[in-house]
Amino acid sequence: MNIIIAGVGGQGTLLASRVLGNYATIKKTDCKLSEVHGMAQRGGSVVTYVKMGDKVYSPIVGDGDADLLIAFEKLEALRWAHAVRNGGAVIMNTQEIMPLPVITGAASYPEDAEQRISARKVEFHSLDALSIALECGSAKAVNTVMLGAAAKIAKFDLDALEEALALSVQPKFLELNALAMRRGYDVLTEK
Amino acid sequence: MQKLAIGNYAVARGAYEAGVTVSSAYPGTPSTEVTEFLAKYPEVKAEWAPNEKVALEVAIGASIAGARSIAAMKHVGLNVAADPLFTSAYTGVNGGLVIVVADDPGVHSSQNEQDSRYYALGAKLPMLEPSDSEEARQFTRLAYDLSEKYDTPVMLRLTTRVAHSQSYISEDERTEVGVKPYEKNAAKYVMMPGNAKVKREVLQKRMAAMSEDFNALSVNRAELRDTRTGVVCAGITYQYVREAMPDASVFKIGTVFPVPVEAIRKFASRVDKLIVIEEMGGFIEDILKAAAIKCEGKSIFPKYGEIQTAEIRKAMFNEDAPAAENAVPRPPVLCPGCPHRGVFYVINKLRLNVMGDIGCYTLGAVAPLSAVDAVVCMGASIGMAIGAEKARGREFAEKTLAVIGDSTFVHSGITGLINAVYNNLNTKILILDNSTTGMTGHQPHPGTGRNIYNEPAYRLDYRTIAQACGVQNIAEFNSYDLEAAEKTIREQMKKPGVSLMIAKEPCALIVKKTAAPYEITDKCVNCKMCVKLGCPAIVNRPEGPTIDFTMCNGCSVCAQVCKVKAISRKGE
Repeated sequence: MNIIIAGVGGQGTLLASRVLGNYATIKKTDCKLSEVHGMAQRGGSVVTYVKMGDKVYSPIVGDGDADLLIAFEKLEALRWAHAVRNGGAVIMNTQEIMPLPVITGAASYPEDAEQRISARKVEFHSLDALSIALECGSAKAVNTVMLGAAAKIAKFDLDALEEALALSVQPKFLELNALAMRRGYDVLTEK
Repeated sequence: MQKLAIGNYAVARGAYEAGVTVSSAYPGTPSTEVTEFLAKYPEVKAEWAPNEKVALEVAIGASIAGARSIAAMKHVGLNVAADPLFTSAYTGVNGGLVIVVADDPGVHSSQNEQDSRYYALGAKLPMLEPSDSEEARQFTRLAYDLSEKYDTPVMLRLTTRVAHSQSYISEDERTEVGVKPYEKNAAKYVMMPGNAKVKREVLQKRMAAMSEDFNALSVNRAELRDTRTGVVCAGITYQYVREAMPDASVFKIGTVFPVPVEAIRKFASRVDKLIVIEEMGGFIEDILKAAAIKCEGKSIFPKYGEIQTAEIRKAMFNEDAPAAENAVPRPPVLCPGCPHRGVFYVINKLRLNVMGDIGCYTLGAVAPLSAVDAVVCMGASIGMAIGAEKARGREFAEKTLAVIGDSTFVHSGITGLINAVYNNLNTKILILDNSTTGMTGHQPHPGTGRNIYNEPAYRLDYRTIAQACGVQNIAEFNSYDLEAAEKTIREQMKKPGVSLMIAKEPCALIVKKTAAPYEITDKCVNCKMCVKLGCPAIVNRPEGPTIDFTMCNGCSVCAQVCKVKAISRKGE
């Protein structure tokens, strides 16, 4: 299972990948994660990779090799959609975060992102993870809402994922994040 | 029990297990976490040094004093530490010494793409390169054994994808090696010409011995599969090769210097053709060709950027990866509420020439702030401003500002400051003091009053330093106060002599949200002044900008630039 988690620096892609890493450890499967640190984290496009399987070599998911793209933001979904193999799945948060070229007026935010992604040979799901996260108590929980949604599509063992979540977040934030994950799980229906 | 860990953790763990007691470093992506993790072991005395040269000197001193020691840095940090590096090859070690250098192929978070293997070649130091976290742990342990066996510092090279990817590692108990006796031995440790000449010959003999011995090291291994193609590779490239070419025979190099040439010659004789796959320079390829081993490498693969599975499939099998959708780029940007933003806005408004420096604030170069003209390396802003004045005269100096972060100023800005005063210049320097090393993840430094253990430490005072260096004009202002920033900078630019200004306000990521977010009211005339701040929390819509309350941290800078007072704190 090759997963790409794409988002904007500060949205918590790193934590999401670490939850999946703990999930792989619980499930006793080989796993590699690739993270981004430094300059790349400062509000730019960020991508982290999660690979699970009998034997994993490269920690990077190559373009066209992803089974699942979990995109925390619409433009980032568009940016990484090509990396998903034919028949793979895209789960997109409908939230829009303006990149600097759009803020300055040098470019416009793509209005047809959803159409362009769903026109690809992928199973496409979208959800308003920000609203769900806010309902759960914090905008910061977008990442766990998206993880819950991904768990539905990827058919992850939800109990094991919750166990992995508990290993990954501070105890004081666990309840909020566990709720967000369950809400994300329930909002999507399998196709 | 196996656990997932990033390569940098694994290096720290390996060093800990090898009995290391001294660790010194200056933070630098992608090497920072090695030292952060080492600081968690009570048996290790870890520290942040002001720069990499000091860090390596500390590690060398600890080694001479008998301890196993480590200094970790990024590739450009090794440039700073190059002076002690080259001569430490001559002195050799007492306690084992490992120098970790993390390269950044693909330039994810650096000012250049540099291949540190050439340092090993130049300094005549052995270099190991792991391909995943478990190897990072094991190779670090091996490095200490080699260091003491051959009486040499050993370099351990990481790349971003090894340093910052997680894979499973095992953990062993720590071996307490103790501290070896301190021995006065001028012939070994005092590098003056008479001794250095002797040691130079020793160095050559040591290299010859390692060149031969490394052929038999188990970290250099041939994996024979389909013998039509044999690939020579090292580090992360091994993982890409195994994924892209699962059937190919592979010679996996663990010691990238000296390259195990004879073992590879034997491997070459068992395959039909030999391909060297390596990121950046044709380092291994050139060494093999010089040894008359027929191979191909850089005629197929580029000398820059990352060479991953997709690039290998394309080059070897002509398989194309799917094309990306056209999507607006999203470059990194100063965070919402960043104290640097307003200062750069003012600098841009004053149309100053700016010699910039290395840190988050390098992003002041990006439109719409567009306030930085040149960035080269840590501390260079001040020297470059001096050079610009020498080239173009006093008038130019009145319009030219050196902008440098607090951590960077301590790293290597102080010597530039001394130079400006000493040479009777009119250099204008602005320290953006956000009280942390921001870009690398908020490490303390001598100007923060805290050490790596978050214990209180003497807090370096920039004003006192400037006074001691003879700086004529010193001024401070609050980074969020645009009026004060403009007034101070305007005044100081005209003053004769060197000026040091300090813009103070802690990093917005440390302070977190303290103030209520701002909102744009119906007084807005859609003039787009606030948009010129390039704040990610301000959403530029045709009908008028709005503020994303989930991102705004209430810094007030947009309210200050609004001419019609349409921006106010939510709920006021």
